[in-house]
Amino acid sequence: MVEPTGNILQVRNLSVEFKARKRVIKALRDVSLDVPTGKIVGVVGESGCGKSTLILAIMRLLAPNAAITGGEVHFGGRDLLKVPEADMQSLRGTDISMIFQDPLTSLNPVVSIGRQLIDVQYRDRSSLDSKRQRAIQALSQVGIPDPAARMDAYPHEFSGGMRQRIAIAMTIIEEPRLLIADEPTTALDATLEVQIIHELKELQRRYQCSILFVSHHLGVVADLCDYVIVMYAGEVVEQGSVRDLFHDVRHPYTEKLMECDPARIVRSTERSFPTIPGDLPDLVDLPSGCIFGARCHRALQQCAAEAPDTRTVAPGHAVACHLY
Amino acid sequence: MPGLLEVDGLRVRYRVLSPLRARLQQREAYLQAVCGVSFSISAGESFALVGESGSGKSTLARAIVGIETAHAGSIRFDGQELCGLSKNAYKPYRRQLSMMFQDPAGSLSPRLTVKRLVTEPFKIHAIKDVDLDVEARRLLQMVGLSEEFLGRYPHQLSGGQARRVGVARALALSPRLLIADEPTAGLDVSVQGEVLNLLLELQARHGIAILIITHNLKVVLHFADRMGIMYLGRFVEQGPASEMFQRPRHPYTRALLSSSPEPDPDAVRPPLQLKGEVSSNIERPRGCEFHPRCPVAQAHCSTVAPPATSTVQGHSFTCHFPIESDD
Repeated sequence: MVEPTGNILQVRNLSVEFKARKRVIKALRDVSLDVPTGKIVGVVGESGCGKSTLILAIMRLLAPNAAITGGEVHFGGRDLLKVPEADMQSLRGTDISMIFQDPLTSLNPVVSIGRQLIDVQYRDRSSLDSKRQRAIQALSQVGIPDPAARMDAYPHEFSGGMRQRIAIAMTIIEEPRLLIADEPTTALDATLEVQIIHELKELQRRYQCSILFVSHHLGVVADLCDYVIVMYAGEVVEQGSVRDLFHDVRHPYTEKLMECDPARIVRSTERSFPTIPGDLPDLVDLPSGCIFGARCHRALQQCAAEAPDTRTVAPGHAVACHLY
Repeated sequence: MPGLLEVDGLRVRYRVLSPLRARLQQREAYLQAVCGVSFSISAGESFALVGESGSGKSTLARAIVGIETAHAGSIRFDGQELCGLSKNAYKPYRRQLSMMFQDPAGSLSPRLTVKRLVTEPFKIHAIKDVDLDVEARRLLQMVGLSEEFLGRYPHQLSGGQARRVGVARALALSPRLLIADEPTAGLDVSVQGEVLNLLLELQARHGIAILIITHNLKVVLHFADRMGIMYLGRFVEQGPASEMFQRPRHPYTRALLSSSPEPDPDAVRPPLQLKGEVSSNIERPRGCEFHPRCPVAQAHCSTVAPPATSTVQGHSFTCHFPIESDD
């Protein structure tokens, strides 16, 4: 099916709040983003910026104390926030799949991987034998050597990189249209990280699926993604194509974030590492004005008084900052 | 000049099977976590240990502070042999060698306040002639935390603040060598710099030698004077950090250097150099232990272990076919 807008996923003005005792944490505020069909979109930001809340809200897997207070999530012509829970359940794992950060906790330790790969096809009415064949095929696609023989092995018999490959095999078995990956390489070594990224690229090319890729590793995002969304303290501060973001940075936060990446530092003689001074703002009692204002090195007078609107600075490149 | 810390032929092993069962099943009874490592650190120098998980970095560090027992080799600190010392005889040296653990929140007791945490070393070493209040304030000031943190508990600290408390604890007794095990793991990039700057500043001011364990090579370039690359419990290459970045000689070092993608969408990506993962250190590969993953391995590599080659600059590597240097 061709999406009328060319976007498989459209998030509009999404806001999420968490209730904690008597306080209300405004974790996401007015988040809008698009995932174009067949593209990879990266979500970048530091801890506490709302990346995980965003994907859990899209999947409708938020904790019971969370409330979606506004917005829409359009997927395949439907608002996911309005579909009945039963329909949502049948979307998860078939149309939208998710790869988690730590494969050791997302695989069941007491069930063989073959059994788990067959179990995820529970909606299919095909024979056990054909499900088994599909499981073996999925394993060989993610680069598990001798997949038929490894079907009876348990997760602990695999190394970290192999486990993450199995977790990826599990998500692609139903050929989803949208894959959500939550920091899939943070638990892995650098040499494995490149292998997994390479694998994801291959899979995306083969299945033409769209990927929403959450990461804090800028190098990986630059390598893998077509579009990038930068989040800070629950808001989208900048978004655009990967070249816009890496070659034409606009928002002071994105600028600082990139400076801090150790890979960007040019050898300096005084041996000092860049940082962003200050702390995240309080999400219970939000500051008036720009959310990044207190830590911003280019703040203007109006930044403390009024929150900036999101402005388009170039086609497809939007920034929420008073400087533009 | 003799080094402050001199490690020679150090081996640490863990028993994975009982000797009888190992014999019956014809398998190795021991896992050789550290397998003959030699290096030295001079006073005030920073040395980086780099390697993938399971390469034995943390075990090596734990052996140096005496948490693991070495089964062969020697560790000399300031000329004194530490291997084989009894627990009591070790204690005075532990004041001079301190360790900052990988997981800051996990290594701080959740039931102690920051003040108790940073002054705990004085109690452990029964140092009575100090005013703990004064010391706690001095230490917090040293790591850049205000006095209001004295009464806080670990759960009230952010990741970066918990690291700072970890640094304060490690520095409480003015050690001469600080071992920092992955000091930036799990921290956001904007905070990583803070912790590394703090370590660099303390080193410059107090002349502490630092052994940093990390897997982020870019951090090493800006932090360390020298570095050693570990693979399966051995050093495959060691030498001055800047020299190794410009002219890596071991194929593994080169692969590690190119495995971190550049934060630039138009960068030319080198082809994948390493396939697979670190081999098992129980059933070790024959010959050169890196040969199953090596992009330039030849038949010779799978049978004969390569000798170590050293250059005049103190750069040494273990490879049959090292990458040619330009000069």
